[in-house]
Amino acid sequence: MKILVPVKRVIDYNVKVRVRTDGSGVDLANVKMSMNPFDEIAVEEAVRLKEKGVASEIVVVSIGVQQAKDTLRSALAMGADRAILIDATSDVNQDIEPLAVARLLSRIVEAERPDLVIAGKQAIDNDMNATGQMLAGLLGWGQATFASKIEIADGRAVVTREVDGGLQTIGVRLPAVVTVDLRLNEPRYVSLPSIMKAKKKPLEERTAAALDVDVTPRLKIVRTVEPPQRVAGVRVASVDELIEKLKNQAGVL
Amino acid sequence: MTVLLLAETHQGRLATDAVARTLSALAPLGDVHVLVAAGEGAEAAREAASLKGVSKVLLAESESLRHGLAEPAAALIASLASGYRHIAAPATAFARNILPRVAALLNVMVLSDVIAVHGAESFDRPVYAGNAVQTVQSTDPVVVFTVRTSAFAAVGRQEGAPVERVAAVADPGLSSWIEDMAVVSERPELASARVVVSGGRGVGSKESFDAIIQLADKMGAAVGASRAAVDLGYAPNDWQVGQTGKVVAPDLYVAVGISGAIQHLAGMKDSKVIVAINKDEDAPIFKVADYALVGDLFSIVPELTGKL
Ligand SMILES: Cc1cc2nc3c(=O)[nH]c(=O)nc-3n(C[C@H](O)[C@H](O)[C@H](O)COP(=O)(O)OP(=O)(O)OC[C@H]3O[C@@H](n4cnc5c(N)ncnc54)[C@H](O)[C@@H]3O)c2cc1C
Ligand SMILES: Cc1cc2nc3c(=O)[nH]c(=O)nc-3n(C[C@H](O)[C@H](O)[C@H](O)COP(=O)(O)OP(=O)(O)OC[C@H]3O[C@@H](n4cnc5c(N)ncnc54)[C@H](O)[C@@H]3O)c2cc1C
Repeated sequence: MKILVPVKRVIDYNVKVRVRTDGSGVDLANVKMSMNPFDEIAVEEAVRLKEKGVASEIVVVSIGVQQAKDTLRSALAMGADRAILIDATSDVNQDIEPLAVARLLSRIVEAERPDLVIAGKQAIDNDMNATGQMLAGLLGWGQATFASKIEIADGRAVVTREVDGGLQTIGVRLPAVVTVDLRLNEPRYVSLPSIMKAKKKPLEERTAAALDVDVTPRLKIVRTVEPPQRVAGVRVASVDELIEKLKNQAGVL
Repeated sequence: MTVLLLAETHQGRLATDAVARTLSALAPLGDVHVLVAAGEGAEAAREAASLKGVSKVLLAESESLRHGLAEPAAALIASLASGYRHIAAPATAFARNILPRVAALLNVMVLSDVIAVHGAESFDRPVYAGNAVQTVQSTDPVVVFTVRTSAFAAVGRQEGAPVERVAAVADPGLSSWIEDMAVVSERPELASARVVVSGGRGVGSKESFDAIIQLADKMGAAVGASRAAVDLGYAPNDWQVGQTGKVVAPDLYVAVGISGAIQHLAGMKDSKVIVAINKDEDAPIFKVADYALVGDLFSIVPELTGKL
């Protein structure tokens, strides 16, 4: 079985973003970038399926700028076999919309014919939570989103999903798209030797233009502003004072 | 201009609060038709018809729509799409699963978590864990979006609007339901509760999380948790508050043993009043708290529960 994992290069989750005061966006130059945490979970799951003998090959794909090669190398170091970079823009501040990403991925799927695509449930920069579902829709494949458990058997994936109100288990016929949630697994730390080995693994490059996908955004970003900030309130010395303040000052009790 | 609103239902019951809040977000966009897609949805359809702003309810009943599977629901919505300028839903796990697929079928983008509607094409949405708010303008012929319900108040009631049956489309049979492991609870729902009490890693164990639950019950509150508390098994997954969990904006949010990571703040910083209880006086949660109580939660929480 072949697995395709899309991995996105995003601002590191520990970095506090700075919004430019002129409303033009967020400062991404010279900021620490990492693999989207959900995508690390997706790669980890694919590698575990390979270690169990369920999967035979793992291909990782990233769409964006040349620097996304670093993200692909991290995925290769975790255990993916091959990587594909789709060069879609030269501007680090330009994000490619999920629809365009899904259309590009669908082209790769047509060429690579994976049995399973494992994606993150959301990218932590734009929080769109859309790409996997869109890809499944474009391909006419089944989808299982927000996975906290995946089992592959008899040509289908049995997936436990994190939903409102608890958990839901569904079966999806392969080929299918699965998007992963936080509790699926804990991604491994990569060792130095595996980082060295990853440098020798194949990394191909394509362009969005050669794949004949127009990545022109459908959403125009008019402005980006900082939301109103909260200010720290008061310290209370005791439970009694807290109750008194909540009753008489805040009026919420 | 008409909006198609995908209603959230659970076992044939309407998620009234989520739908009513979404309706107030949609008010500037014109007439709203609500789509109830369920196994049996007549009762939910009647309920939806009584919400202010609804001019018609479309009811599609079919076995394939019973469990909220994305493929038949998305195919149904896409088949109805031609009459609509906007297709919307509350930003719940149910709709987040379905609407992006609908958008792809229509070859348009999806906008997630809209927090303000400026007009037919212009919307605000948070990005970067709520550290920035983007105003975006859609150039698509149909705008597909989900609404962050905590940013809007619920609409009131009206005389029932008409309910019209529509046919479900053939089930593509790509996925099948196996099981729901739902936690049935008498407590208020997290997303709409007036008071939320949340516990974090500091609570220390699943057993001591009971103290958080007792405090919540005493206050008539919903219970929330940080990701750490969920990962450690102190609390179920759908209690997670934050960037990648639920976003809440209650009148009162009580954070107990939670440090205040940006991912957690993203889910609760729009609460009206925030109380933080933490033994570390430098915990970042205190930067957003209106009332800060520095101390050991193991003595504070039972005392608070007892004195309320
Ligand atoms: C600085 C900045 C500038 C922007 N500029 C513009 C602009 O000029 N025009 C515009 O229209 N929009 C712009 N946007 C908005 C942006 O295009 C979309 O809102 C954004 O793509 C939302 O999707 P997401 O990345 O959150 O994807 P999600 O759907 O949340 O991602 C889910 C999963 O899909 C996969 N995936 C997603 N993207 C990729 C990728 N590139 N490569 C590989 N896998 C991927 C991953 O597995 C990921 O976990 C900008 C955003 C930012 C932050
Ligand atoms: C991709 C991604 C997504 C994430 N999404 C979310 C999300 O949606 N929601 C979320 O919450 N987190 C999320 N996180 C995790 C987030 O970064 C933090 O790790 C998490 O919020 C920490 O949880 P915590 O505050 O309970 O634990 P900690 O940070 O460990 O804090 C525990 C606190 O308890 C206090 N404490 C300990 N003992 C006591 C005591 N006896 N009395 C009083 N106080 C005590 C400590 O002083 C400390 O401040 C995400 C992370 C990533 C990478």
